[in-house]
Amino acid sequence: MRSEGIRSARANITKTMQEKIVGVLAVQGSVVEHERVLRQLGHAPRLVRTVDDLRGVTHLVLPGGESTTMMKLLQRFGLWEVLQARFAADDIALLGTCAGAILLSYLGLGLTVDRNGYGAQQASFSAGLQSEQFPDQRGVFIRAPIFTEVGDSLRVLATYENVPVLVQGGRHVALAFHPEISGDTRVHEYWLNL
Amino acid sequence: MNVTSDTAEKNTYELKAGLAQMLKGGVIMDVMNPEQAATAEAAGAVAVMALERIPSRIRQDGGVARMSDPVMIKEIKAVSSIPVMAKARIGHFVEAQILEACDIDFIDESEVLTPADELYHIDKHPFRLPFVCGACDLGQALRRIHEGAVMIRTKGEAGTGNIVEAVRHHRRIHSQIAALKGMDSMHLEAAAAEYRVPLALVIETLDMGRLPVVTFAAGGIATPADAALMMQLGCDGVFVGSGIFDAEHPEKMGKAVVEATLNYADPAVLCQVSENLGQTMKSQTIESLAVRYAERGD
Repeated sequence: MRSEGIRSARANITKTMQEKIVGVLAVQGSVVEHERVLRQLGHAPRLVRTVDDLRGVTHLVLPGGESTTMMKLLQRFGLWEVLQARFAADDIALLGTCAGAILLSYLGLGLTVDRNGYGAQQASFSAGLQSEQFPDQRGVFIRAPIFTEVGDSLRVLATYENVPVLVQGGRHVALAFHPEISGDTRVHEYWLNL
Repeated sequence: MNVTSDTAEKNTYELKAGLAQMLKGGVIMDVMNPEQAATAEAAGAVAVMALERIPSRIRQDGGVARMSDPVMIKEIKAVSSIPVMAKARIGHFVEAQILEACDIDFIDESEVLTPADELYHIDKHPFRLPFVCGACDLGQALRRIHEGAVMIRTKGEAGTGNIVEAVRHHRRIHSQIAALKGMDSMHLEAAAAEYRVPLALVIETLDMGRLPVVTFAAGGIATPADAALMMQLGCDGVFVGSGIFDAEHPEKMGKAVVEATLNYADPAVLCQVSENLGQTMKSQTIESLAVRYAERGD
């Protein structure tokens, strides 16, 4: 009886693991940092550099980095087209931090962003956020974008100085800050369970 | 736009190191004017290094090489949406203060410029901006980190188009870190003393099995293959100085180096991006050099 229970629990775990294939877009930026967070949550993320790598991935992190660089490389190697199609078909769950959130706005999440809205590096900051969903969340903002307009279809999950910095739309989450740098795993966990 | 509250923390180590972390996997290009900055950004550079003369020209001209004119740096900043870096002379903390006042994003305390201080590097901790410094061995790398650098690059030999020194410096640092693994506490203490850094920093390096900060390759990268070589050796990204804008077709070369840095482990893509690039920069053997920049700043 007991071993059977363990076996079925194992089967369940395997099933959820099979259902989710988690990836990190590995074009450039805070890739290993996201990888580390996902590993802490029990996943073995796939690094996605090509269209082939993306095949079968159900959950993809768009990391922090330089959005112009990522965008150019995604377009040159055909990944952007595939991402657009899968986003439109609601066939993938995306989590974007900083540059990744900018990519999400380009994909049509209903988010308008002011790139580097806070200014150059000396304006980078970290601060406590206002959030019911994630109490005591500290946001690390590095040359961060400002979310200037948030569409009606999006839920604001955290703000800083009354400006939205963490939003959710469907199975997608966009953040202006970097939980992968501060090491907070809660937003990733929330996203994986959407 | 100033919308951060008084309780926000700024200029912390986490924020300085964080910017370096965002540059990983990217190519940082030397540019001499706003047009080149636009070309670099269009090619997919992850940051630009604003300087009046790229290293190959500094070599040709000789004389004292200093920080660039702030006007030129600001013009480049005005057209760039990616981070802007600029160089200060080794030990010249006033040049660094001026660069900080220009409100750029990153300072390179660089041996490519003529050193201002033969004994001391800049104490980088009090600065609000992050610093990158060159190193050709583990001792130099750890000393720079101890002084506050959040990013290390190989020194290589800038302006030569010759990758051999960057490879040498990378391999040396790598093997010196590997050597820490076999050491007992007494030998680790001796290593810390030899490197003139706290034991804790040596132990952190040993535990991580790599330098505890983002580490790029620099100095002599002239082709997409050079960039991919340094990436396969384990660097986090590459600086390309004269290799882009002294090449026959800077736009093509810039794009190719960026694509090679992303696909560094895929020879089929590397083959494709290496085709028809035209003349590379005029290159030099190390033996023929009158001045070796890598010998500057210990």
